[in-house]
Amino acid sequence: MKISKEEVEHVASLARLEFSAVEIETFASQLSSILEYVEKMGELDLAGVEPMAHVHEIVNAFRDDVVAPGLTNEEALMNAPYPEDGCYRVAKVIEGE
Amino acid sequence: MKSELILKKGHELRALLDSGEVSSVEVTQAFLDRIDAVDGKINAFLTVTADLALEQAAAADKRIKEGHASPLTGIPVGLKDLLVTKGVRTTCASKILENFIPPYDGTVVAKLREAGAVFTGKLNMDEFAMGSSNENSAFGAVKNPWDLDRVPGGSSGGSAASVAALEVPIALGSDTGGSIREPASFCGIVGVKPTYGRVSRYGLIAFASSLDQIGPMTRDVKDAALVLDGICGHDPKDSTSVLKESTDFAGALSSGIRGVRIGVPKEYFVEGLDPEIERAVKGAISKLEELGAEVKEVSLPHTEYAVAVYYLLATAEASSNLARFDSVRYTTRVDGSDLIDTYKKTRAAGFGEEVKRRIMLGTYALSAGYYDAYYRRAQRVRTLIARDFDEAFKEVDVICSPTVASVAFKHGDKTSDPLEMYLSDIFTIPLNLAGLPGLSMPCGFSSDGMPIGLQMMAGPFREEVLLKTAYAFEEATDFSRVPGL
Repeated sequence: MKISKEEVEHVASLARLEFSAVEIETFASQLSSILEYVEKMGELDLAGVEPMAHVHEIVNAFRDDVVAPGLTNEEALMNAPYPEDGCYRVAKVIEGE
Repeated sequence: MKSELILKKGHELRALLDSGEVSSVEVTQAFLDRIDAVDGKINAFLTVTADLALEQAAAADKRIKEGHASPLTGIPVGLKDLLVTKGVRTTCASKILENFIPPYDGTVVAKLREAGAVFTGKLNMDEFAMGSSNENSAFGAVKNPWDLDRVPGGSSGGSAASVAALEVPIALGSDTGGSIREPASFCGIVGVKPTYGRVSRYGLIAFASSLDQIGPMTRDVKDAALVLDGICGHDPKDSTSVLKESTDFAGALSSGIRGVRIGVPKEYFVEGLDPEIERAVKGAISKLEELGAEVKEVSLPHTEYAVAVYYLLATAEASSNLARFDSVRYTTRVDGSDLIDTYKKTRAAGFGEEVKRRIMLGTYALSAGYYDAYYRRAQRVRTLIARDFDEAFKEVDVICSPTVASVAFKHGDKTSDPLEMYLSDIFTIPLNLAGLPGLSMPCGFSSDGMPIGLQMMAGPFREEVLLKTAYAFEEATDFSRVPGL
């Protein structure tokens, strides 16, 4: 499976990453060889084999709906690069005013 | 006496502390002095917390005098730097978390803190636990204490090297595809990956959530058992942790292995395995037979597909887990033209090359049009790999194999070809996919003096038979040695 430079750019955008032209070239070739390697799974007959997401059969684990201590507002914000008025400040995401 | 303290294992220090022969402050100072003396050569520590350690040691001494010490009270422990520690910088060996000070303790850290363990610092690793050589740390590679030109293994390379170099008696690592067992093998120590769900992952910075598990890295099996007894257990904060009665692995070690059934998987003794390693591992299996175990061949027919499955599933999970590093909550921000551009610029500057490669691969495997061909198919092959083990463990109690097909390789040997690096995990990955417990322990040395690791694997929640088999082998042999540094 060969992966093109355009596909690398598209996937980079989905992953919220960006690369130089040289890096894109390198990734295209490395990802292609990794994908070629994983093609070996195609040798197997998987008819009737269920996918496994998790090794244990776990159902939703609910706790009682009671208040428990958690982080304070100050603690939650202590690693934020731009805290403001007890909130995280981010660039405007809604167009127009 | 003081310089001899660093040669002691955790349980030996326990005896000295309880008898009052030494104090935890003396023990802690001896290990801190050792870090000062040798860490410049091996780069195992990212942060040394000397003040915190001496404070905890003084509190431990008080507790010991009052007569309510637990097995780990007053014993120095090093923590892989993806375990969040309240008030102590936790970097995941990544630029993107270079200044992250967690506001809480992970569950395992909290348990050790309550037990009175002494935290001497945070240990180097491959960035976000992605790597097999510890060459992917944003803060410099770790060196193998047996030969500084070689890698210590990864991703828990700092944990393994620090224990081998006598900088700490005990360290914690994490294992997603071999990240405890491979470095334990390369550095000649004991490393245990528990059954998935045995140990809470709350406060373990996630790489691949369906595979990650925290475990001990120690100089002998008894210490590993003591640490496991201290960290296992259900945690309401991790819904994948499993409800099990409390364990006493340390207490069950010496019950002997007469009648224990050992399986030897033929798919693990194939071309490409270093003949010296094959000889050492087969010698270990003969030794176990001599000690009363029954040995038979078993088959794990889908072994050859495990690396392919792993590098799709683990990267897919990683691409999702690492989306949280978004420059809003806990990273430095590189401003772009709009919010999306800010995400991209921050992440491009903050993540290293291997982390980006895996995020890309995982995003690709999950993207529209490829999901069924890659992610879904890998999940189905995972079922076949887990079934291989189910079948094998109907016949045997413990499966023995090499941990890695080679001894520790040289720095730079595998950095140019990511696939070649991935293939070094071929013997360790299947166990994670099946969620089972396993360990690596020393079983010999190569002609150039490098440690060789023996891997033991067991069925779900059968750590007891795993550890007692390892203990019997360790008691009957003499492969636990200390490198000259």
